[in-house]
Amino acid sequence: MIIDRLLAAMATGDDASKLGLSRRTLLKAGLASGGGFLLSMHMPMLAAQAAGPADFVPNAFVRIAPGGQITLTVPYVEMGQGTYTSIPMLIAEELEVELGQITLEHAPPDEKRYGNPILGGVQATGGSTTIRAVWQPLRQAGATARTMLVTAAARRWNVEPASCRAEKGKVVHTASGRSLGYGALAPDAAALPVPENVTLKRPEDFKLIGTPAKRLDTPAKVNGSAVFGIDARPPGVKIATLAQSPVFGGRLKSVDDSKAKAVRGVRQIVRLDDAVAVVADHMGAAKKGLAALVIAWDEGPNAALSTADIARDYAAALENPGAVAESRGDVDGAMAAAVTRVSAQYQVPFLAHAALEPMNCTVHVRKDACEIWVGNQVLARAQATAAEVTGLPLDKVTVHNHLIGGGFGRRLEIDGVTRAVQIAKQVDGPVKVVWTREEDIQHDMYRPFFSDTFAAGLDDKGLPVAWRHRFAGSSILARWLPPAFNKGIDPETIDGAVHLVYALPNFHVEFIRKEPPGIPTAFWRSVGPSHSVFVVESFMDELAAAAKRDPVAYRRALLDSAPRARAVLDLAAEKAGWGKPLPNGAGRGVSLQFVFGTYMAQVAEVEVAKDGSVRVKRVVCAVDCGSVVNPDTIEAQVQGAVIFGISAALYGEITLKNGRVEQSNFDNHQVVRINEAPAIEVHIVGNNEAPGGMGEPGTSAIMPAIANAVYAATGKRLRKLPIDPAVLKQPA
Amino acid sequence: MGATAMLSSAAVFVHSLQELALTFKLNINGSSRSIDVDGDTPLLWVLRDVLGMTGTKFGCGIAQCGACTVQIDGTATRSCITTIDSIGKSAVTTIEAIGRTAAGQKIQHAWLDREVVQCGYCQSGQIMSASALIAANPRPTDADIDDAMAGNICRCGTYARIRDAIKQAAASGAKQGGRG
Repeated sequence: MIIDRLLAAMATGDDASKLGLSRRTLLKAGLASGGGFLLSMHMPMLAAQAAGPADFVPNAFVRIAPGGQITLTVPYVEMGQGTYTSIPMLIAEELEVELGQITLEHAPPDEKRYGNPILGGVQATGGSTTIRAVWQPLRQAGATARTMLVTAAARRWNVEPASCRAEKGKVVHTASGRSLGYGALAPDAAALPVPENVTLKRPEDFKLIGTPAKRLDTPAKVNGSAVFGIDARPPGVKIATLAQSPVFGGRLKSVDDSKAKAVRGVRQIVRLDDAVAVVADHMGAAKKGLAALVIAWDEGPNAALSTADIARDYAAALENPGAVAESRGDVDGAMAAAVTRVSAQYQVPFLAHAALEPMNCTVHVRKDACEIWVGNQVLARAQATAAEVTGLPLDKVTVHNHLIGGGFGRRLEIDGVTRAVQIAKQVDGPVKVVWTREEDIQHDMYRPFFSDTFAAGLDDKGLPVAWRHRFAGSSILARWLPPAFNKGIDPETIDGAVHLVYALPNFHVEFIRKEPPGIPTAFWRSVGPSHSVFVVESFMDELAAAAKRDPVAYRRALLDSAPRARAVLDLAAEKAGWGKPLPNGAGRGVSLQFVFGTYMAQVAEVEVAKDGSVRVKRVVCAVDCGSVVNPDTIEAQVQGAVIFGISAALYGEITLKNGRVEQSNFDNHQVVRINEAPAIEVHIVGNNEAPGGMGEPGTSAIMPAIANAVYAATGKRLRKLPIDPAVLKQPA
Repeated sequence: MGATAMLSSAAVFVHSLQELALTFKLNINGSSRSIDVDGDTPLLWVLRDVLGMTGTKFGCGIAQCGACTVQIDGTATRSCITTIDSIGKSAVTTIEAIGRTAAGQKIQHAWLDREVVQCGYCQSGQIMSASALIAANPRPTDADIDDAMAGNICRCGTYARIRDAIKQAAASGAKQGGRG
């Protein structure tokens, strides 16, 4: 995967220059406005940057005010994943301050400055990348600031820096007991040269990293005062809601708005090429107005499209070769010599994000400026699209970022901002455009549909000697970050299907990029692995079954050279009581993966009722994500990711009929509720390896674990998601 | 043209009549608020867009997700389908004021203590449902929690912690009760 290759390069220096990476974190110190200490950081960037001081472009800042307050400015957004707590922990650890002394500020949009090194320089929060990107640079910055503050104090007292220590926001001279607060030392420290080599704390000396620190963003989220994008209320704001062409690619033919205009509180009807919006005093009036519109659509070329057409086209696409994602050994020879051959076809559906905060964006377009209030993961892109739609220069577009009511990949897109600005251009004054849930689901950008074909050859012991996998699906990166789509390969999409943890000597994987007609696709929690880990781990289970071997023991036999993978598999199996008897109709299933820099094994325990319905009773997860910043956040992320994946495995699908998405709201697009939520145990393997991502892995791991558990319970192999209870129903 | 002008002035007349006739007085968080919107307007939009009380959230609009939950005379109620002409003199309590109730305070405290929240968007509704539950039922069983909370979706998947936090809040209530 691209992210892991980049990280590996950053860690080892291999190919760093080839990849255009500057590995060093550059630091500059100086006086902050108001007299404090300002440490500016340039964290390593993807784009080749001259490392000379003349080109220093900082992308994160630590400010220590004369009063001692510490402010950290970083280009990441909080959307529930806990980074607004984990990030300050890294600085606080090295700076020797309490977590509560640090205030986190979100950086304004500026891609040159804040582009995410792991996301190809795009200013984005996603791909479980944040902690991986800042782990080293922020600790280094904290240690540098600490060293400078200690030096400043030592000079004041005319003592050796080594005779002083930093603790709780002060420098203490150990022998005399004298102390000075960081605020008082800030001006002196600002005048010092930045030390070249600072020593980072040893993991055994960590006080904060590795502890379950309390989230800093939660108090406002339990009393209603937290402000999400949808809560923005610039003075005079009107509320708009919209209807977009129900068929992808359709156009607006005509609108009769006479009844809508008569609705009390409705102010304006806005017509676009492929959408209509009703602007009103409040959402109630806007929705009533929308319902009163009589709209005719020109449905365009996709008017007859159905999911069955798409499934047939994708299956047909598999008959031709694709781009080679990974290939080694002699697959043909090994297949020919195999004792047993196994083959299978898989299919996974389009999936909606259905974040609980519906899509929304507030915009005020003036003649000479545009102001935007939104919760988004790609701020610089939000700014750019507004500039494009309005024709204003980039610096005339201001974006106020807000908390995000669930990202899951959806807010890595700017389609909602574009749409809102198109509407706001026709409105005098600020307007908040709020999607109804129906519009949100029917005009999402979906996790792509995939179709897969597998073949494997087993030797006389039942172990795989040949592995062939070909799959067809959309490439999100080809649209989102075109340079990353290279020679037919999308590194995010193939992640989880290549570089498997298992010893597979003859191995061949091909990817066929196939875009669905008119249907927009996008990142979805756990991205490529949301599909690839499901199919790979399901097929691995098929091989174990064909070999009549236990699924855990079978996988274990392929892990001699992957000790971290074997360790999480063993831990999950042990904690789950793998092999212990279960009642009739119940079963355990396992999955194992290495994606997003994290090793994870899950064991799911399911019960299949006579009517075919599946209930996930218990999930045991073992995770090795290297260095642990906040174990409580890791547990929460796994719990949440597992629930997200269960929703997808049991219910998740977006289907089309007559070009229209059939699902519309939480009545026909079900998600897991508290009464269906299993007990989820998370066991963390701690070590000092580089930290892995935690936002996503739990989602990809649970889906095959459930399907494999259903097989254990019923003997029925699920090669399609979501699970269809009709397939599992027992005869009366 | 003349007919159109007549029609539109008639519309204006009807409009102003409605405005005169349909002023609603609501008791929200202990204050009396006058609201001039159509009687079939859901309470959710009155709270969020008319009164600017944005702690109550919009999630689905059809009482399927619970993000909009408020309490009406102490009962957890989906404000997205509760029209303002149906409320009368009943007391509406929202997330902004639930901390003034004993149950609400315990729930909020337990929510922070058990670190329930992730993105936080659904949590106003979760807290309104949970505080109504423990106010009415000081020792809820798992089944009681399922019944009371299954109408509140959390896409971040915080359910295990929600359950723990409700139990903790209930237990703290029992202890206090024992002392008192």
